[in-house]
Amino acid sequence: MENVNVIADSLNEKFGGRIGVSEDGKSLLVKAEEIIPVLTELKENLTFSFLADLTAVDYPDNFTVVYHLMRLTDARIIRVKVILDKENPHIDSAVTLWHAANVMERETFDLMGIIFDGHPDLKRILCPDDFEGHPLRKDFKVEAASRQ
Amino acid sequence: MAITNQEGSFRTQEFVLNMGPQHPSTHGVYRAILTMDGEYVVDVENVIGYLHRGMEKLAEDRTYTQFIPYTDRMDYLAGMLNNWGYVMTIEKALGLTIPERAEYIRVIVGELQRIASHLVMVSSFALDLNGFTPWMYAFYDRERILDLFEMICGSRLTTSFMRVGGVPNDIPEGFLPKLEEFMKDFPKRLDDFDNLVTGNEIFMGRTVGIAPIDAETALNYGLSGANLRASGVKFDLRKVRPYSIYDRFDFEVPVGTRGDNFDRYNMRMLEMRQSLRIIRQAVDNLPEGEIMAKVPKVIKIPAGDTYCHIEGAKGLLGFYLVSDGGTKPYRLHLHGPSFVNLGIFPYMAKGTILQDAVASLASIDIVLGEVDR
Repeated sequence: MENVNVIADSLNEKFGGRIGVSEDGKSLLVKAEEIIPVLTELKENLTFSFLADLTAVDYPDNFTVVYHLMRLTDARIIRVKVILDKENPHIDSAVTLWHAANVMERETFDLMGIIFDGHPDLKRILCPDDFEGHPLRKDFKVEAASRQ
Repeated sequence: MAITNQEGSFRTQEFVLNMGPQHPSTHGVYRAILTMDGEYVVDVENVIGYLHRGMEKLAEDRTYTQFIPYTDRMDYLAGMLNNWGYVMTIEKALGLTIPERAEYIRVIVGELQRIASHLVMVSSFALDLNGFTPWMYAFYDRERILDLFEMICGSRLTTSFMRVGGVPNDIPEGFLPKLEEFMKDFPKRLDDFDNLVTGNEIFMGRTVGIAPIDAETALNYGLSGANLRASGVKFDLRKVRPYSIYDRFDFEVPVGTRGDNFDRYNMRMLEMRQSLRIIRQAVDNLPEGEIMAKVPKVIKIPAGDTYCHIEGAKGLLGFYLVSDGGTKPYRLHLHGPSFVNLGIFPYMAKGTILQDAVASLASIDIVLGEVDR
């Protein structure tokens, strides 16, 4: 199995060393402004053509958007992470590459509050339209619903 | 007999038709806002979330073991497979190997569950095409599978059968004879079902060539499981990257050619026979031995990320686990195949008549518990 470093190296031929590898050596680290070119390269030329999953994690000092791309011939998965600013989490939408990203980005927006620029219809999907807050953020506290 | 939209025929003003959330053909609590031109669907907007229970948030406040019962309630027609995917994720994160016998038991119940789930799909698909009888046939067989589940874990639907490290109960007395009986009868029952439905002229007239999806579109929309295979993409995780012990079994992966409603239905019919083959081999080679690996009472997962997915009943069922080294997940993302599969419904429904759109929805086999989580 080829490891993440090899894929990072082949990406870096095109992106001039700006693609990093996470500390545990399992994920690619990409800058937010370069995400679409990198995903395009992974999809078109490096055979990771299937968007298996798209979500985000709320860490104490940042939001991380996590993509899992899959190669169909051997089901190998590559994880791509983008670290976003806590105050203003914006990233370009991947709907132009995969229609599948449409619902997954809406879900991530709804539950985590990440704004996907260029998404055709970015609105809540699981929570009601008038819901306040983004439930999967760590500062959102769960409490019992008030009885009426 | 194909009903076609005649060019330049009588057109009416577009109107909005609301379907659901409480409607039998929506397979749960799901609402479709349809823009209609007479009988023809012009546009669809999916409205989901009526069954959203915030499982991902709840997981952050539960220990790893405590979350197992929640997984049953995702795709509630395939509890065993959800359990399996979840515990496999934890086992992968821990680097745990589980005993052989437990793997075999998992395969047996997992494939039985796949059959049970597919039986619901084929029967409700026929039901949405106005055929009530197939429902009675398929549910008779599904009952027998649920009876087997009741024997092995006391529960029929929300099984919570699997544990991190193996399975909690060994196969009880009387289970294998009953399973043998089922395996003896089921191929004949499938033949009956094929005779009754698959080759039925009215059924074929209503399904062949309706809502075709080509391979490229299917991949672009992220379809997986039988829906993807119906479009001619031979991708089954059990074959491409065998998890558990699937590399030991001899089975085939059926693929479709047209990707229409009929192919999607037929994939399930063919896959049930393959599942039966797998169960046959698993029962014949069932080894003796332990059913639980040594797992500490309190499970702590080293800090880091794990992504694990299995070939669920509806497609690729994924779990993305982020641990901070504690006893609870820092973040657990549940990737439900139905959620993604539903995204293609507007594409399928556009340009078809309303009654075919209802059938198209049934053909992608969604379960709202998994869509909304």
